[in-house]
Amino acid sequence: MDTVTLSRAFFGTSLAFHIIFATLGIGISFMVFLSEVMHQLKKDNDYAIMAKRWTKSVAILLGVAIPSGTIVAVQLSLLWPGFMKIVGEVISVPFQVEIFAFFLEALALSIYVYAADRLPPNMRILSVFLVFLGAIGSAILITSANTWMNTPAGFDMAADGTIYNVDPWKAFFNPSFLQTSYHVSVSALMVGAFAVASVAAYRLLKRDSPPQAKSLHYKALTLSLVVAFFMSLLTALSGHGSGQNLQQHNPEKLAAAEGLFETQRYAPLAIGGYVDPETHKVKYGIEIPYLLSFIAGNRFDTEVKGLYEFPEETWPPFYVHTLFNVMVGIGTLLLLLAGLGLYYRWKKKRHYPKWLLRSFIFSGPLAMLGIEFGWIFSCSGRQPWTIYGYQTTAEAATRAAHVGFLLILFAIVYAVLSVLVTIVMISYFKRHPVMDDIEQFSKSQVVKGG
Amino acid sequence: MVKPIEPSIAILVVWILIYIYSMAGSVDFGASFWAMIYRNHETQAGNMANRFLSPTWEITNTILVLMVVAVVAFFPQAAFMFGTILLVPLSLILILILFRSSFMVFSYSVEGFQRTLKWVSGLTGLLVPVLLISALPITEGGFVTIQGGYETLQMTKWLSSPSVYIYMLFGLTSELFLSSLFLADYARESEERDAYQIYRKQAILFGPLSLLMAALTVPLMEPEAAWLISNLEANRGWFLFSVVLFVIGYSALWWSKTGKPRVAVVFVASQYAVATFAYGKSHLPYMIYPYLKVDDAFTNLDTFYSLLSVLIVGMAILLPGFLIFWRLFLKDRRYLQKKE
Repeated sequence: MDTVTLSRAFFGTSLAFHIIFATLGIGISFMVFLSEVMHQLKKDNDYAIMAKRWTKSVAILLGVAIPSGTIVAVQLSLLWPGFMKIVGEVISVPFQVEIFAFFLEALALSIYVYAADRLPPNMRILSVFLVFLGAIGSAILITSANTWMNTPAGFDMAADGTIYNVDPWKAFFNPSFLQTSYHVSVSALMVGAFAVASVAAYRLLKRDSPPQAKSLHYKALTLSLVVAFFMSLLTALSGHGSGQNLQQHNPEKLAAAEGLFETQRYAPLAIGGYVDPETHKVKYGIEIPYLLSFIAGNRFDTEVKGLYEFPEETWPPFYVHTLFNVMVGIGTLLLLLAGLGLYYRWKKKRHYPKWLLRSFIFSGPLAMLGIEFGWIFSCSGRQPWTIYGYQTTAEAATRAAHVGFLLILFAIVYAVLSVLVTIVMISYFKRHPVMDDIEQFSKSQVVKGG
Repeated sequence: MVKPIEPSIAILVVWILIYIYSMAGSVDFGASFWAMIYRNHETQAGNMANRFLSPTWEITNTILVLMVVAVVAFFPQAAFMFGTILLVPLSLILILILFRSSFMVFSYSVEGFQRTLKWVSGLTGLLVPVLLISALPITEGGFVTIQGGYETLQMTKWLSSPSVYIYMLFGLTSELFLSSLFLADYARESEERDAYQIYRKQAILFGPLSLLMAALTVPLMEPEAAWLISNLEANRGWFLFSVVLFVIGYSALWWSKTGKPRVAVVFVASQYAVATFAYGKSHLPYMIYPYLKVDDAFTNLDTFYSLLSVLIVGMAILLPGFLIFWRLFLKDRRYLQKKE
């Protein structure tokens, strides 16, 4: 493999690892915040116990998210020096602001974790809200830099590569920033909610859980399903907005996502299958007539550009069609699943059927996969560009040696850490079963009452 | 034409950030080293180092990212060159930091990890600062050649140069001096007399050693760094001033019999601030000799002013957060005197 491919593989691996922890950190800290609020509203100790236990997992997750984020930040300069040279000139402001979100998150997390016993309830809720705010702020700001790569703005480039006419804030608020950061935020909240739902459903299915514990997991599942349903709905709607954004700003990405070669009105939507590189047709897919045009512009006669409009060397790879399908497929499935859960909870009877609980177990990992596919789609669909229309990935990549060796080294480190995190999580919650917390809370209640 | 002042402001900001990180990082990494050394000690010395470390390491880590981002943002051309040259050394540092940080969090959650953690964090606490400071001689000349049109680090020369090793020793002794001094003050604040005496003794040992190592870096510099030596001599006054600050701070360890650690910390911190400024000033006009000058690496003016305002506004907003943090973990008796 050449250095460019290796650099892409390396950076992709680092990002894929980092976003697991970053996304869960955002999503679960939001769930902690909600359960703290529920505790104050309902005066039900179960919610305080949830908050306490989820905080533990947030601390562990962010403990990996913070150094892995540091790695990604430094690797940007190491692997993409050509890219960072332009970034430094044009789009360094969101990176700089992101540091402050990062500071906020680190400060508030330390305060919430190590000083919770010395804080009054309102301050505790404020500090966990600030953890959430810092985490989601980081995500939004880094998304600004990413959307600028898709829809560059705020500068001009001379033929020799010199940058002039820089407007940092115009680069910051580039055309796809608001839409995409909204999509990224709600999808992170969706993942956090489904992760909680997975664990709660697993606990509810276990036969040996005592009734008090079951009642707590039941409340946790319901709370997470409500959040999951609304967030998957918002994710789907904002994804639709992002699609229309592609139609306007990155038409070849949309064309590749749909395997569309001929520019046409009344364009069909192709679901599934793969793009045959010989015949330039989607094979084994289901075509729904007119739908793509309607999605792209809210009218059936919307003209959707096909790949033939663009020089072949700037076509994104054909596999983005599959990435796109998997992302949308997972999103749709999760929306239905959460909706079904709520239907059973409010329309039918109090208890979720067993088969539904079993499928909830898979919802968390599935949601995470959806996010991973979404990011890979967003970045592969931009190829061959790093900065759309301005700089190719090959121009951005490092020329240094040893990239392949470092890739293997980091991949091993990431694998080891993933195993360790899993062991730490499992062994912590085994040693501190939920019944311990329930008993402890009821004891402190008795002392206060007496 | 009047020379624009903006690049000078930008490099000053970078120096300040490097200074803040080297102080915070020394105390942070040093504390984990001392926590390893005194893990089974009968005094509170080890526990105290841990108590300081638990809530603070994430903040210190964030300062590192702030420093990297500031260099990229203010000097994009430098990011380009540093990125190419430092791929391997920085990647190693990143792996060490990743392991250290995750083990910190794991040990907080799982009791069985405590022992492993103390070793991992103690040893990485020595290695990371040593590797970080080894980048400094690279900027002074003699280690980078142009190969195929791109700057490349000469690995063998870097690994075998006495200049690099003396910088490593300087970083190591400074780290141990600064952290023991800081922990002595922290022990005084926590009213831990035995721990105070232990850290005071270490500070008395490592203070003069760090100064000696700093002086030795000059004669051991690579021949290519001759330009720097003559600049250092031109700034003799500043270095003399920093030595005076050291002498006052060091002597404060004996003031009113048991010493005044707070005074010592303030003077030694000023000593390093003055020395950092003097070294930075001597390093001008180069960022990486002879390939990159500060003015050439500088970003454009619009970006510069946006960055500067963001930096000032951001710091102003976060200041109360840092103050609350300070009061909760470095002042609050309920936290300082928690027995483990």
